[in-house]
Amino acid sequence: MTIFYTFIFLPLISAMLVPLLYKYLNRRVHTGWFVLLVPLSIFIYLLQYIPGVAAGNTYKYTLSWIPSLDMNFTSYVDGLSLLFGLLISGIGTLVIIYSIFYMSKVREALHSFYVYLLMFMGAMLGLVFSDHLLVLYGFWELTSVSSFLLISYWYERKSSRQGALKAMLITVLGGFGMLAGFIMLIMMADTYSIREMIANLDVIQGHTLFIPAMLCVLLGAFTKSAQFPFGIWLPDAMEAPTPVSSYLHSATMVKAGIYLVARMTPLFGGSSVWFWLVAGIGLVTLLYGSLTALRQTDLKAMLAYSTISQLGLIMCLLGIGSLAIYFGPGDSGTVFTVATFAALFHLFNHSTFKGSLFMVVGIIDHETGRRDIRYLGGLMQVMPITFTIALIGGLSMAGLPPFNGFLSKEMFFAAVNDVSQSGIFGLSNIGILFPIIAWVASIFTFVYCLIFVFKTFGGTYRPEKLTRKVHEAPWGMLFSPAILALLVILIFFFPNVLGKYILTPALTAILPTMPISPYDLKISPWHGPNMELLMTIGVIVIGFLLFKTMKRWIQVLRNYPQGLTLNHWYNQGLSGTEKLSASLTNRYMTGSLRHYLIYIFSFFVIVLLSSLLLQHGIQFDTSNDAVISIFDAGLVLGMVIAALTVLLAGNRIMAIAALGALGYMVSMFFVIFRAPDLALTQMVVETVTTVLFLLCFYHLPKLEKRIERVPFKLTNLIISIAMGLTVTLLALSANGHKLFEPISSFFENAYELAGAKNIVNAILVDFRGFDTMLEISVLAIAGLGVYVLVHQRSKRREQRETE
Amino acid sequence: MKPNDVILKSVTQVAAVIILTFSIYLFMNGHHHPGGGFIGGLSMASAIVLLYLSFGIEKVRENIRVDFKKLAAIGVLIAIGTGMAGVVFGQPFLTQAFGYRDLPIFGTTELASALIFDTGVALAVIGTAVNIILSISEDR
Repeated sequence: MTIFYTFIFLPLISAMLVPLLYKYLNRRVHTGWFVLLVPLSIFIYLLQYIPGVAAGNTYKYTLSWIPSLDMNFTSYVDGLSLLFGLLISGIGTLVIIYSIFYMSKVREALHSFYVYLLMFMGAMLGLVFSDHLLVLYGFWELTSVSSFLLISYWYERKSSRQGALKAMLITVLGGFGMLAGFIMLIMMADTYSIREMIANLDVIQGHTLFIPAMLCVLLGAFTKSAQFPFGIWLPDAMEAPTPVSSYLHSATMVKAGIYLVARMTPLFGGSSVWFWLVAGIGLVTLLYGSLTALRQTDLKAMLAYSTISQLGLIMCLLGIGSLAIYFGPGDSGTVFTVATFAALFHLFNHSTFKGSLFMVVGIIDHETGRRDIRYLGGLMQVMPITFTIALIGGLSMAGLPPFNGFLSKEMFFAAVNDVSQSGIFGLSNIGILFPIIAWVASIFTFVYCLIFVFKTFGGTYRPEKLTRKVHEAPWGMLFSPAILALLVILIFFFPNVLGKYILTPALTAILPTMPISPYDLKISPWHGPNMELLMTIGVIVIGFLLFKTMKRWIQVLRNYPQGLTLNHWYNQGLSGTEKLSASLTNRYMTGSLRHYLIYIFSFFVIVLLSSLLLQHGIQFDTSNDAVISIFDAGLVLGMVIAALTVLLAGNRIMAIAALGALGYMVSMFFVIFRAPDLALTQMVVETVTTVLFLLCFYHLPKLEKRIERVPFKLTNLIISIAMGLTVTLLALSANGHKLFEPISSFFENAYELAGAKNIVNAILVDFRGFDTMLEISVLAIAGLGVYVLVHQRSKRREQRETE
Repeated sequence: MKPNDVILKSVTQVAAVIILTFSIYLFMNGHHHPGGGFIGGLSMASAIVLLYLSFGIEKVRENIRVDFKKLAAIGVLIAIGTGMAGVVFGQPFLTQAFGYRDLPIFGTTELASALIFDTGVALAVIGTAVNIILSISEDR
């Protein structure tokens, strides 16, 4: 395992140590201090890739996992994955510092918190560095799972559980769609590697599955990145502790969809469907998010919708940027290359200002006990430092200089203006909508940013509405947002440092075919009096007027009927599905074991017998059979008698004894056919199961005659005879066919390959070791399941007795 | 379970030793002869169950202070851990290694990482089998 993988897996490995650290050291040291070392070391490790990647190199690593199935963890470190890797580890470091002061080491279950957080970090790093599609999918789902665990961290609250469930349902739905898309891609390109797919572009683009695969992949990206109409899970995810919201639900996880779209742009970019879906949905999301954010009174919900809207903005830019592939190298191509560059720039900027804003909300919540703007106000006097940070973050989000949001917002306006004039894909008619919607959404964004900052910190301070005595946050909570706020300002003054070393390499990864000259990608705050500047001035003027007249129109928005929201439809759909599946399931899940056996056996008979008949599979071949000896005949006779005894025995002890006899006679067969391992196993299993049966039968009622209706009995008789017939036919026919070369010759080399003279054991522990490992895992889980079920029952009984 | 059968108890006292010894023999023998982790573990579990049956749960629990749930989990972890060992040495997951070493007393002996994996299997089997039987028998 190379150093690279050691660092990628560091979060997952150290997650195992966290419970121990918590148990033995948490009383003296907050567990977060140990966890902090993980993202910090990864960040420092990844930093050293910057010079190489900026010079245009990529680094490939392979960790073989199941080489025979071509399942390897192949990683490419290129500009895009490095940008995400740095964001994940960098913001991760800041968030953990923040969480040390946010999460009380006395009251909270810190060990599970940090285990989930590290699990997420590991999954996210694996996701962005994976080149193998199925491995990427695995990590993708792991981020959904860890997000579920983190949202439901305060699981005693009902809203947390519901929010977690909603996030899980929606993102996993998209994940499945994405898996389907990936499988189509793999079928088309006949490779698992994204790199190789991009190299074989022609095969994929001409294929009939091109559009279906694109739609499925986009479903995954849109659900994860909370695009319209899937974004409803994100506001509910705000039930998570604030460090989680700021890390997963604004800076990293929700950007996984953006990452996927960016990663897939070389494959799908240039087609009109891709452009319209990515740019169109992005634009709709931008408008929807910013308008809904205005309605919110809860600060965190406001930020959640604002995140949705900003993600829409980035998505829209990526869609516009994909036109660069359509135009190819040239002037028009360059214009849209810059749009992709703006997407990356805004992605980075959003992580800085939104991260700091979330942390500010966490501070307000932590210090005042309130997050509702109707109760807050005037906090400027008590929390001056927090106010400064909020002001920087908020104005950057609003798109004002001298903050980094201004730069990327200007570039966004430039991109939508360019796209409206490009005149392709039917844009000549409705292309004008792009700048209009973008401009309107920006006004809304401007207004809610003002609301966020000035309704909380401005106005009069009303301590009587707050439950706690308010004071400035401790330095540890201010440290991380302050660093981010500092970045917000620094990036405004030195954007080209970031552009040259981090964003340009990422751009090369998204648009590998485009010539990229540093001159086109120079970010500057002043472009002269052009359309973009006018749009920004318009945003500021109208936004300011709207903010001043807020009292007149805000109630209209807040009184928007609940029945028309997406959430309402989601709830309706969910409860409808639950009702439907409950009524369907209750029809056949009767609770009677006999019914279940009937289902299982009839299915078995129908499927196997019909396929045997249809495929003309019933063939007998007795030429290779051994001679039947007197021992065999005697044993079979004994087994038949024992089996009949089980059926006809009047009491259970006798039935168990007969069953045991049957089992021992089977092991005699193994002895005759010289399979000592099987014979031994069968004997011991038989012994242990007899004890188990005796124990279980203690709980059963006495065996008694059941009066059943004749048709019922007749059905049972037919099904059991058919079942016996099917199995017998199958066993006999299996001998009549030699479809494949037997693989046993491979195992005969056990001594050379595994150093074992016992082939059976060599198969168990070496050749098929994976099977054995999973089998014993299942065994142990089943054992725990039995333990839990039995103990739950006796505990409930005790409770009933004490009541 | 609170049996009071003198014959059973006396037989068990001798038989348990033999079964336990035999199960260890089966386990160690598995690499080259019939036996292995699964059979060894299962026969050891059957010996422990026999002890429970003849002496009662309480008495055995006082003398064998093992939490069988944890034992099963440790077994699974050992098995997965040996799989990871291959990865650490740059081999695919679950690659087993073997070699021949000169050891004092034993002479030239084959050492196989499969034995560690098999230990995991045996522990998981013992833990799970005893755990299930104990749970059901305690459920009164």
